[in-house]
Amino acid sequence: MKIHQLSVFVENRPGHLVAPCRLLAQAGINIVTLALAETQQYGILRLIVRDWQKAKDVLQASGFRVTITEVLAVQVDDRPGGLAEVLEPISAAELNVEYMYAFSMKANEQAVLVFRFEDPDLALRTLQGSAVNFIDTVELFGRLGPV
Amino acid sequence: MESPSQARNPDGLSRDHLPAEQLAALQVQRLRQTVQWACDRVPLYRQRLAAAGVAPDEIRSLDDLARLPFVTKEDLRGAYPFGLFAVPLDQVARLHASSGTTGKQVLVPYTRADLDVWTEAMFRVLTWFGIRPGDVIHNAYGYGLFTGGLGFHYGVEALGATVIPASGGNTDRQITVLQDFGATVVCCTPSFFLHMADRAQQMGVDLRALRLRAGVFGAEPWSEEMRDRIQQAAGIEAFDIYGLAEIVGPGVAAECAAHQGLHVLEDHFYPEVVDPASGRSVPDGQPGELVLTTLSKQALPMLRYRTGDMTAFCPGVCPCGRTLRRIRRISHRSDDLFIVHGVNVFPAQIEAALLAVKGTLPHYQIVLSHERDQDQAEVQVEITPEMFSDRIGVLEELQGRLTRAIRQAVGVQLGVRLVEPRTLARSEGKARRVIDQR
Repeated sequence: MKIHQLSVFVENRPGHLVAPCRLLAQAGINIVTLALAETQQYGILRLIVRDWQKAKDVLQASGFRVTITEVLAVQVDDRPGGLAEVLEPISAAELNVEYMYAFSMKANEQAVLVFRFEDPDLALRTLQGSAVNFIDTVELFGRLGPV
Repeated sequence: MESPSQARNPDGLSRDHLPAEQLAALQVQRLRQTVQWACDRVPLYRQRLAAAGVAPDEIRSLDDLARLPFVTKEDLRGAYPFGLFAVPLDQVARLHASSGTTGKQVLVPYTRADLDVWTEAMFRVLTWFGIRPGDVIHNAYGYGLFTGGLGFHYGVEALGATVIPASGGNTDRQITVLQDFGATVVCCTPSFFLHMADRAQQMGVDLRALRLRAGVFGAEPWSEEMRDRIQQAAGIEAFDIYGLAEIVGPGVAAECAAHQGLHVLEDHFYPEVVDPASGRSVPDGQPGELVLTTLSKQALPMLRYRTGDMTAFCPGVCPCGRTLRRIRRISHRSDDLFIVHGVNVFPAQIEAALLAVKGTLPHYQIVLSHERDQDQAEVQVEITPEMFSDRIGVLEELQGRLTRAIRQAVGVQLGVRLVEPRTLARSEGKARRVIDQR
């Protein structure tokens, strides 16, 4: 159920965000979704791509600091209340969300929420049988259509 | 002056063990010759000695050395390019230049005999590191005007070991060569070696699994903490070597296997440690500035050269049995000092603080600027794989730890900025630690 997320260190200065994106483009890697966490001085670019191993190699070969984190993807209806219905059981289980981001899939009126828990396995076990609908890599990328 | 054949004679090894009186007798004899030589041939020395009221034939003991005036880097720069040469250009076999770490370069000439002295010095110190014929030495010091590359090169050849003239730069290729050519010893600046270790890790190469057993590092000040880090990263024994182009290049002083200070090759390069302010000698164990006098060089004799390098004589005798006096590893250059918020700071203090925080490799730079009517210093630290996290909170916490460690070490709060790898000017020669934008 776990999905590999790439995190890339980028300085918070003009031109620094485009460099890793251009490298991925040159390698023919499409970014499924991304989120940027920033401070005044630097940011962390978090990316989901199909071929995370290749993306990691490409970025590291050019000297970027990259780390791989296991995150969980949850599918929800793309409508008011969709997010709250997922957060409620997480909150009830007293699981702390380190961070999260979301993207929508136009084709089927669904949205995908990406969650970073400190311990993804614990989160998976705890939320088993709840209303939270985890999807794995195959489902996620399957729904996004052919490469 | 010694003939090339004598200088190269492996007999020279016994000079590491001369009894004190014999060594002193040799030093006085050579000192008198050198002072005479310099006075006869270099106007600046003739004028300075006359002004100090010293005649060369009055040099009868090593204590008389203190009567001679100092020579400084400014004197060398003022004489650029040929002003201090003691031989005509047609007797100069080679020209090197100081690396210009702290300003304008200085031109350094060698006669054939000077090159032999240098090679003998390197030959001797290489044996201290346990290097023997059969060893393969990967020499990643820059070949060129910088003395590091060729100094090691000829020393290794004289010893009969194998030299790989890798020179500096092209890190990925260096790592491939380290892997494939079976080097047993690597020589380069400590900062370049850490850069290679970092890159090797990225390339999935384990330096500890190679044949490499020792490293010889010099040409910039480095710390004990950095030695630990290098030894752990590569599974090697790290030796410190000291030298400077103005005197000869690498081979002025080096560690033996005891790692308790650097023996000075004082039969060729006579050391003093003086109080930088008063110029007076300080007792053994007391810190001061290293002053060197060449005892057997022809083309550029140096009388009491103020090196700007801060050290101290190590008291007592070395367990290795060599009688050559030892100096402590160079803690810093006197001109590395910068002042921020009224506090004196040396880059070495910052390096030690950064290293004390787990997981930080010291690719760092100190940027001095003038903002809001005040001098500001910012320590820029390149993020390592161990430091990096997908969580902002972890990075902020790290930044806090680095800031506290530096404040503890230098007594003043400096800004700490995390930067991308290889953002900082990468020294493929010498590390440039302080960038002054004031």
